[in-house]
Amino acid sequence: MAAVDKEGFLVDLHDWNEGVASELAAAEGITLSEEHWQVIQLLRQFYQEFQLSPAMRPLVKYVGLHLGADKGKSMYLLKLFPGSPAKLASKIAGLPKPDNCL
Amino acid sequence: MNKKLLIICRKPPYGNSLAREAIDIALAAGAFEQDVSLLFCGDGLWQLMAEQDSQELALKNHGKALAALPLYGIDDIYVQADALAERQLSQNELLLPVKALSPAEITALIDSADTVLNF
Repeated sequence: MAAVDKEGFLVDLHDWNEGVASELAAAEGITLSEEHWQVIQLLRQFYQEFQLSPAMRPLVKYVGLHLGADKGKSMYLLKLFPGSPAKLASKIAGLPKPDNCL
Repeated sequence: MNKKLLIICRKPPYGNSLAREAIDIALAAGAFEQDVSLLFCGDGLWQLMAEQDSQELALKNHGKALAALPLYGIDDIYVQADALAERQLSQNELLLPVKALSPAEITALIDSADTVLNF
C-alpha cells in the first residue's frame, strides 16, 4: 500500500497507478466502476491542464464539457463519490488535496 | 445581489508570490460563486503570456492556473490597454480572451467594484 497522509491523500503523487486508486477507493468504501474511472481519468487530465485540484464548481463544469451535460451535475458526482465529491475523487485520482473545496 | 470583487494584478508571474496569491483568491472566490473580475496592469500583463514554462524555476506554471478561470465562472478579464501597447503585446499572444481598457474605463471599473484587492 502506498504511503498516505492522515486524511488519506497520497504523500508522493508519483506512487499513483490504477491498483493504488482501487486501494484508495476501497479505504473509502467505494468499488470503482466504469463511471468512477471516467471521472478519475478526467481529474488527472484536469490536473495536467491546470496544475490544480478542482473545487466542486469547476469539476462539475469540466465533467459536463468532457462527458456530457447529463454527467456534469453535482448529483451525478455525489452518487459516485458521496459526501464531498471533489475532495474524494481527487484523493482517489492521486491529486493533491484541493485548496478550496466545497 | 453579490458584491463585486475586483482583483488588480500588477506584478510579473514569477519572482514573487503576489501573482499566485491573487489567482488563489480569485479561484477561491469563483468556487464560492462570487462576482469576480480581474484587471491586469503594467508588468502584471506578463502573467497572461501563453506558453509559459516554469519548470527550471521549480514553480507551478502560472499560465495553467489562469487558464482555469473560465471553469471557475470568471470571464471578466481586463487589461490596461496602455500597458499592452508599451510592451508591444497583442491580445492574441495572451492565453485568455481579454478586454483592453482605457484609463477612463479603468477608473469606471474600479468605481463599480465593492471590494478592490491590489496585488
